[in-house]
Amino acid sequence: MSQRIAVVDYGMGNLHSVAKALAHVAPEADIMVSDDPAVVGAADRVVFPGVGAIRDCMGEMHRRGLGPVLRTAASSGRPMLAICVGLQALMEHSEENAGVDCLGILPGRVRRFPDGMQDEDGNTLKVPHMGWSRVAQQPHPLWAGIPDGERFYFVHSYYVDPAARSHVAGSCEYGLEFAAALAREALFAVQFHPEKSHSAGLRLLRNFCNWDGRC
Amino acid sequence: MGLAKRIIPCLDVDKGRVVKGVRFLDIRDAGDPVEIARRYNEQGADEITFLDITASHEGRDTTLRTVERMASEVFIPLTVGGGVRELADIRNLLNAGADKVSINSAAIHRPEFVREAAERFGTQCIVLAIDAKRVSAPGEPLRWEIFTHGGRRGTGIDALDWAERMVAYGAGEILLTSMDRDGTRDGFDIPLTRAVSERVTVPVIASGGVGTLQHLVDGVLDGHADAVLAASIFHFGEHTVGEAKACMAAAGIEVRL
Repeated sequence: MSQRIAVVDYGMGNLHSVAKALAHVAPEADIMVSDDPAVVGAADRVVFPGVGAIRDCMGEMHRRGLGPVLRTAASSGRPMLAICVGLQALMEHSEENAGVDCLGILPGRVRRFPDGMQDEDGNTLKVPHMGWSRVAQQPHPLWAGIPDGERFYFVHSYYVDPAARSHVAGSCEYGLEFAAALAREALFAVQFHPEKSHSAGLRLLRNFCNWDGRC
Repeated sequence: MGLAKRIIPCLDVDKGRVVKGVRFLDIRDAGDPVEIARRYNEQGADEITFLDITASHEGRDTTLRTVERMASEVFIPLTVGGGVRELADIRNLLNAGADKVSINSAAIHRPEFVREAAERFGTQCIVLAIDAKRVSAPGEPLRWEIFTHGGRRGTGIDALDWAERMVAYGAGEILLTSMDRDGTRDGFDIPLTRAVSERVTVPVIASGGVGTLQHLVDGVLDGHADAVLAASIFHFGEHTVGEAKACMAAAGIEVRL
């Protein structure tokens, strides 16, 4: 039987890019975009994307009863990939929307880029951080075949500040150094958009579809 | 290890075909949008902007199908603009595979639309398109206003104030087109680009007037643009995106190679 990959749908923004990129790298897989906790719970792999504002995201997630199944998935040993706001939702708390409690699956907080950050030439850095930035890797199976320092596409105004340095699987610099990827057991979470990061992003998605969840 | 300046080829699409007019006249057919987007993607484009200039309602369905095809094959960010008037238009485009939508005249007609769109879909996918024209007399301090209808109709709105207001409403990026330069191949309106980029906190895409690769360099170094958009220099095979990036890198600009 072909593997089942659930793309968690909680009614926010664009999950189709993620589903299309997964279909491209894993044409044999059964890709299910779903908000049904039973479908997410039964999948072989879970992709947890997200765009938009965190308060609405958390609200929609709770309304659909997805919190428990996401917590279970993140500790089940089944590979799970969180993307962008999906990553932020895994943390304990976000500063966005005047403060929102998140799932608390990973320890740490989500903070806004401070105003008035400058680059080395003294130019003001724009927020959102939008575009292609380099990611410095920590060893992890999902980076296989991707050169250290490769650029990925980011678009975000908030970044995660993990409590455990050991969870950082990749870092990026934009005014300050922040975690571009976190990993714990079979969970891998990225701030950038692999589905929009051309060949490096597709490689990461392919690695995820082939990953046994072990580090 | 900074952020790369982006090069964004722009496709003006009418009824499912790429066209490029000079000041919206003399439209020439440049081919199938998906094929062209795929070529730019292979050349290293950082994003694609798809501007739908189809007037008819039936043409809209063609647009959605084209966006859908493009998003299944081209895995870089895709912005779609043209005729975005309601939240349903945004939802349809995002569902078809667009990552961002660009809003222009609907924002002028009803500024609150930008706020509603940003609240519903997130600021990261709301691009505010500005068509600006210089209105100051020679010798006066420079001033630009927002124009509509392909640059024919003035609105009396100051371009810098408008940009700032729309960012406050939730626009996550500004696509800034000089209507004086669009289609002329004389280069960006550098003072305009710089003035807007310094006024707002979000990224600014310079557009309108690119005729040489040096113009792209000028847009970043002198105009302080975060991204540069061009159409005709790429469509007719004069330059590849790769050549543009090499030229920018040689000028000391950080690009994704």
